[in-house]
Amino acid sequence: LTLTIVALIVLVLDLVAGRGRKGALAAIAVVGTLLALGWSVSLWGERLVAYGGMVVADNYSLFFNIAFLAITVLTILLSTSYLRREEADLSEYYVLLLFCTLGMMLMAKGLDLIVIFLGLEILSISNYVLAGFLRTRLQSNESALKYFLLGSFSSAFFLYGIALIYGTTGSTNLGRIAQALQANRDPGPLFQVGMALLLVGFAFKVASVPFHMWTPDAYEGAPTPITAYMSVGPKAAAFAAFLRVFSQPLAAMQGEWAVVLWVLAALTMTVGNVVAIAQPNIKRMLAYSSIAHAGYLLVPMVASGELGTSSLLFYVLAYAFTTLGAFAVVILLSRKGEAGYEIAGYAGLGYTHPVLALAMTLFMLSLGGIPPTAGFVAKFYIFSAAVKAGYIWLTVIGVLTSAVSLYYYLRIVVLMYMREPAEESSAATLTAGPLVTLAIAAFAVLLMGLFPGSIFTLAQSSVFGL
Amino acid sequence: MTITLSHYLVLAAALFVIGLVGVFIRRNAITILMCIELMLNAVNLTFIAFASHMNAVDGLIFVFFVITVAAAEVAVGLAIVIALFRNRDTVNLDELNLMRW
Amino acid sequence: MFTAFVFYLFAAVALAGALFVVLQRNPVYSALALILTLFAVSGLFFLLNTPFIGILQILVYAGAIMVLYLFVIMLLNLSREESILRAHRLQRVVGTLLGGLLLVVVAAVAIRQAGPGAPGSVPGAAPGTAEAVGRALFSDFLFPFEMASILLLAAIVGAIVMAKEDLR
Repeated sequence: LTLTIVALIVLVLDLVAGRGRKGALAAIAVVGTLLALGWSVSLWGERLVAYGGMVVADNYSLFFNIAFLAITVLTILLSTSYLRREEADLSEYYVLLLFCTLGMMLMAKGLDLIVIFLGLEILSISNYVLAGFLRTRLQSNESALKYFLLGSFSSAFFLYGIALIYGTTGSTNLGRIAQALQANRDPGPLFQVGMALLLVGFAFKVASVPFHMWTPDAYEGAPTPITAYMSVGPKAAAFAAFLRVFSQPLAAMQGEWAVVLWVLAALTMTVGNVVAIAQPNIKRMLAYSSIAHAGYLLVPMVASGELGTSSLLFYVLAYAFTTLGAFAVVILLSRKGEAGYEIAGYAGLGYTHPVLALAMTLFMLSLGGIPPTAGFVAKFYIFSAAVKAGYIWLTVIGVLTSAVSLYYYLRIVVLMYMREPAEESSAATLTAGPLVTLAIAAFAVLLMGLFPGSIFTLAQSSVFGL
Repeated sequence: MTITLSHYLVLAAALFVIGLVGVFIRRNAITILMCIELMLNAVNLTFIAFASHMNAVDGLIFVFFVITVAAAEVAVGLAIVIALFRNRDTVNLDELNLMRW
Repeated sequence: MFTAFVFYLFAAVALAGALFVVLQRNPVYSALALILTLFAVSGLFFLLNTPFIGILQILVYAGAIMVLYLFVIMLLNLSREESILRAHRLQRVVGTLLGGLLLVVVAAVAIRQAGPGAPGSVPGAAPGTAEAVGRALFSDFLFPFEMASILLLAAIVGAIVMAKEDLR
């Protein structure tokens, strides 16, 4: 029940946001999200199943909820100045963003395939529009169209998977599916096909390699705060649902899908990192780096088990803060329209904007996984989980690919400090929003990097709720 | 000779695949949208076949939701196509490779 | 025997319509073909003893959505596409291959796991009647129903934002 109240808060907020004045709007949105955040925190601990087994508010979903709400608050901060500059400052932007969050929360909470599917759809539809928000600019339109076509294509697969699983086990409720599986060991090939289709649907949403075609274009075309949001939010929500569906009822079939995931993870890590090296445009590079990180997130999925899942949760949080921070820097430096996204433009940043350069270095290190930052700790956890589960080869590939990723992350750092500024880069308008996000993200990355213990136990406790 | 469940499943699979192939072949955004609708129809058929086979109701509920979702998707999809068309007077996917596909 | 004949009729019409949608050059014809397929599928729903969904399909799907399609096609006065064979070779080959594979897999599996007995001979309150669906919808499926309403709200806001002429 409290879950619905949280959702209703966000909903009421939308209506207000729909009509509110531009300036106050962002504030309202932020206040609303913080309210929802507070509410979720207060719920920690109990495990209440609402609406007849459809939805649950246990630690696991609360962990994700808090993460989603935090991401949304940071994104709102990021987008205020950006929108004004692109003169697309409409209230609908925040309304859609809140719908996105709502979709994500429902996906993480869903105990029934219907709820997960509907959450996925709410999330994707508002995301399609957000990606194409800057209507006048062609790239934004095109990215929205590509994202839309491939997104609805993957939803069709996802649905077909649900249909087949419904057919063979007689119910869409995860709990009952689990019982049905315990009943007869091998539910027959049709079930496997259904499961495979489900896997395809999830892989599309998570943009793992064979299905990642839409990511670079969609990320590059979308307005930058949305790119940041897309690369973190929906991906985390997809993993939340992915984990819940595949670890609970389908644990019995672990043998089959673990192998498939293993291949997906290895493929995603290698391709994501290798292609990122050749990217001139910072947004496309971050897009490919987000694909690579999806691969890293797949690793603990393969090594499922208590350590695996909690390390995955920890990684999601670390990855979220780092990416948002990196995008905050990108936004601060970029100028109106599509200017300022070329990596070359970062030459000599160390001299022109020392603070930004320092922050960017921190985020690049964290993405690459260098000791002091959260990235390193996160990678350490997932690889230890993988080793413990006996997937040595996967860990080797993981370590190798992160070494490769170091190359293109550090390339930017080198560019910033070693080269003199190419041309007189205009002083970046240091607007408040992104700066605050920058500060929060940097603080979070360092906090998780230096003393990861507390956060990790938090993640572990939420796994028990699963 | 009576019609068994698998008849419906095979038919639904065929429809799904025709839609799938259509999405790959066609270059026109709107036609691709139609093919996706076709695939969703195939899914609906599978649901109804299973639901009536097991004499359960929740299959139909799911179809009910699938139709609403499809309607929402079409609305947003066509809005995006219109917005795109206003900028560039074509919806043919070939010319839309501003960014590397 | 009669049902078998009706089934094959509808199945044939649906498949033909679907192929027509894919292979037809002019989008308007493919839209009409899709409407034909929708009618055939809703006919199958009737056969499966679920009249409610069958009617729903015709009203909502064939009615509203297809009208939307035709409207947009007219709005953008799309000309006939040149031959679709020109589409680059790789994409077409991959598509057909993938499709064929999927079809074989599901078909084989479905036949081997043929469910016993003919579906549709359902005693008691046939699951398909509006009353049965309605009762279920508002009893244990209330939450997804609320979510569907939020989804539609989001879609409306989204569509307006994208398509409206001037937003100031």
